Amino acid sequence: MNNQSKFSDEQPKLSPFHERQAELNIRDAWSVWNGYKFADYYYEAEYEYFCIRNTCGTYDISPMQKYLIEGKNAESMLNRMVTRDISNLKINRVTYVLWCTNEGRVIDDGTIFKLDAEKFMLTCGSPNLAWLKKASYGFDNVKIEDLTDNLAALSLQGPTSYSVLSKMGLSDIDKLKPFDFMTTDLDGVELIVSRTGFTGDLGYELWIEASAGINLWDKLYAAGENYGIQPYGEAATNMARLEAGFIMPYMEFNEALKTVNFQHDQTPFELNLGWLVDFKKPIFNGKEALIQDKKNKPKYTLTKLDIEGNKPAEASYIYSEKECKNEIGYVTSAMWSPAVKANIAMAMIKTEYLDDELWVEIYYEKELRQYDKVVRCQVKDKPFWMPERAKLTPPEKY
Amino acid sequence: MKKYDAIIIGAGHNGLTNATYLAKAGLNTLVIEKNDYIGGAAVTRELHEGWFYSNCSYVCSMMRQSIHRDLNLTKHGLILVPYLGTVTFGDSGDTISVYHSEGPYYNELRARSPHDADAMFRLQADLNRYAQLIRKTLMRTPPDPTSFKPRDVKELIFLAKEFGALGEQEIYEYIRFFTMSAAEFLDDYFEDDLIKAAMASPGIIGTALGVYSPGSAYILLHHVMGDVDGSIGAWGLARGGMGAISHAIAGALQEHGGEIRTNSPVQKIIVKNKKAVGVVLESGEEVNASIIVSNLDAKRTFTKIMEKDDLPDGIYDKAKNFKIRGSSGKVNIALSALPKFNNLPENKYINRGGQNFSGSLKTMEKAYDCWKRGTWSDDPFIESVIPSAWDPTVAPPGKHWMSNFIQYCPAELADGPWTPEKRDQFGQTVVDKIERYSPGFKDLIVHMEVRTPHEIEKEIGLTEGNIFQGELTIDQLLFNRPFPGYSQYRMPVKNMYMCGSSTHPGGGVSSACGANSAREILMDLRKPNTVPEDDCYDE
Repeated sequence: MNNQSKFSDEQPKLSPFHERQAELNIRDAWSVWNGYKFADYYYEAEYEYFCIRNTCGTYDISPMQKYLIEGKNAESMLNRMVTRDISNLKINRVTYVLWCTNEGRVIDDGTIFKLDAEKFMLTCGSPNLAWLKKASYGFDNVKIEDLTDNLAALSLQGPTSYSVLSKMGLSDIDKLKPFDFMTTDLDGVELIVSRTGFTGDLGYELWIEASAGINLWDKLYAAGENYGIQPYGEAATNMARLEAGFIMPYMEFNEALKTVNFQHDQTPFELNLGWLVDFKKPIFNGKEALIQDKKNKPKYTLTKLDIEGNKPAEASYIYSEKECKNEIGYVTSAMWSPAVKANIAMAMIKTEYLDDELWVEIYYEKELRQYDKVVRCQVKDKPFWMPERAKLTPPEKY
Repeated sequence: MKKYDAIIIGAGHNGLTNATYLAKAGLNTLVIEKNDYIGGAAVTRELHEGWFYSNCSYVCSMMRQSIHRDLNLTKHGLILVPYLGTVTFGDSGDTISVYHSEGPYYNELRARSPHDADAMFRLQADLNRYAQLIRKTLMRTPPDPTSFKPRDVKELIFLAKEFGALGEQEIYEYIRFFTMSAAEFLDDYFEDDLIKAAMASPGIIGTALGVYSPGSAYILLHHVMGDVDGSIGAWGLARGGMGAISHAIAGALQEHGGEIRTNSPVQKIIVKNKKAVGVVLESGEEVNASIIVSNLDAKRTFTKIMEKDDLPDGIYDKAKNFKIRGSSGKVNIALSALPKFNNLPENKYINRGGQNFSGSLKTMEKAYDCWKRGTWSDDPFIESVIPSAWDPTVAPPGKHWMSNFIQYCPAELADGPWTPEKRDQFGQTVVDKIERYSPGFKDLIVHMEVRTPHEIEKEIGLTEGNIFQGELTIDQLLFNRPFPGYSQYRMPVKNMYMCGSSTHPGGGVSSACGANSAREILMDLRKPNTVPEDDCYDE
């Protein structure tokens, strides 16, 4: 679907779900993602956030980049590109991966779906087609297809999401474990349902060809009517993902291929994602550099912080003492967590100071006057939000 | 026989909070509850299969965030979900919607009165200013104004400083505010009667005062000073019902080694040599402890489970005359579908907030007149919320339950005691009124529980069913709560304390009374304080 105005060439593209979403975007709060018109929020960010934690909500991930990678050498090619070993990934399973430059700096993160022995789908937040093409050089019989504009994708997240899909009549949905996916059909059109998401809660992602998007939406919203279904936008996503401890580009990491200044991008170890790097793999892009990075310990480490008080530590610096003389890091994302009732943040902290006292200087405004306070913070190893229900199979039914 | 360090009588949310902080300090703590379920007035009860009523308290805005965080109540299953706007229904059927967003709300008010739409900004600023000061006292023990103890003097100076910071003019206004009626207070801002009625209703909820009674302005403030995650005046629902709050606190208590005994009504507090030493249960069993904490209201504590002869002179009389008048009823209704209301747009957001059947100031005052005469109005004020429109755990999918709080409902009727027939008549009055604004409402009713002050007192133990455990009038607030000279949670018998809403800062599911009391107990025992400081948004 496209805009009809005389400026349509310059206007954002419209997602396959746009018609329905525009009706529900009561506040007209739009931004743009990968050229698509995309909701910042629909009604109110906090309300939508609570739908994710209390009932369920849908988030339009159609603007996400989706690539089909097919052929005899598809697996070898991807395995060479990403840091994780995907050779043992089973069909109908999804895995979370990173890929790096030769210098071991993170280009992007994403998910790989193993559709078949020689058929994979890779999804990621930013366009990566050029890098994929580069990565495929030397691998014969690998076909890369950009599915982005032809594949509608909708994330359904929250505790009642399972009940909604059951109500929709999707059989075998009860058997789907986290990171499983299944292929089914919706009125004769192939529908992929994966138990994945970006909220740390129970949730699914639904993939269907663009022309069937509206039908999927209508079926989903009809089934979800009594389960509190509500579309949510970028603002609520950002709250939920921070509680779940997930990283966001241009918050926690700067995509390496778009980074101007030396080492203003990050390594997986700096992002505390060392578990995604498999050194047992004979070769992958950036391996040598990452071996060195691990050995020398990364300069910074991304940490989760529980901060005193209730003022979000947005754009704050971290110090090793209350007097704020020795600056040891910076906050990348911060918020008051309504579900956990804690003042949470993620921060890049110089690795050598991780075991020291940590102090954060927070600036806040009250009726045009600026205030600041210096408070203690504690490093948290686990995500702030990690409910049991997210892992249960079959999930709780409402 | 096992002797406990502390026994808390009553497993309401304040009693559980008190016990948790004592247990956290290492005390061997036991909570004794008369009912076979915990929670007192913060409960979730399945009274009809598949429907879970918060059949007493039903919404929450005062729960101290610092306690929620400190006790990690989220881990123990508590999530507080703010709900959106409220619709007020006028006598003529007109509606006014309090939208959650400032823009739509302003437009809605402006459509009725451009003057009042502007005045709303000033009202909100003034209420916020008043509320800021009160909020700072919630997690502090009130100072004794007659004492020269350094701590009391320090606290008095703190209060004086906060008060002084308002500026001369506002100090006058504030003092005036405390003695004003809600209606007169609002007269200074608004000209439209429905807007006034919408704003005045928090001034009468739970109190035996009318919109024109002096003191109701403070009640209004008490109801709007709460917040959800810093959003002042917002109200939240506990996911799973109000019982989720009590169960989360009980989870924290048990994590710290505390014990709970249900089905164990306390008959008496045992006093020996002017010291509280234990309790006798109705079963005859004695349980001993070094500290006895009553979470019951002041009247019930001193006139029902203590002997007059165990109390110093004057206390029994004070308790007997403690103002704790029953004035509210509750009707919990299971519905087969979401009701539709007249004169409202098909907006799923506003239709899923709260409904206030206020009518007008006059109608609310008339309802008060009926209460004074010992009867109920045939046009009562009803505050309704449909929690199931938000919470998927409290009714079957597509079905709903509606909480209806009714002001006023007398504790004693002029024509004799409450009977099941009169109770049902009262319930019918409520249903009839809602039906006027929502034709077809009656056909949706699957099950209904009607509670007058009689049922509330009988089941939960609140004297006269008073939801605040004592009126929130200035003679019973701050250092006057529950009685002058006894506002610091210590009671006239040694080793005996109070921790319920009869103490500062009064009614509401805040956990503040229980926590403040625990802090005082630990101080007397020279134990390290386990109670956190309040997490104030106003700093």
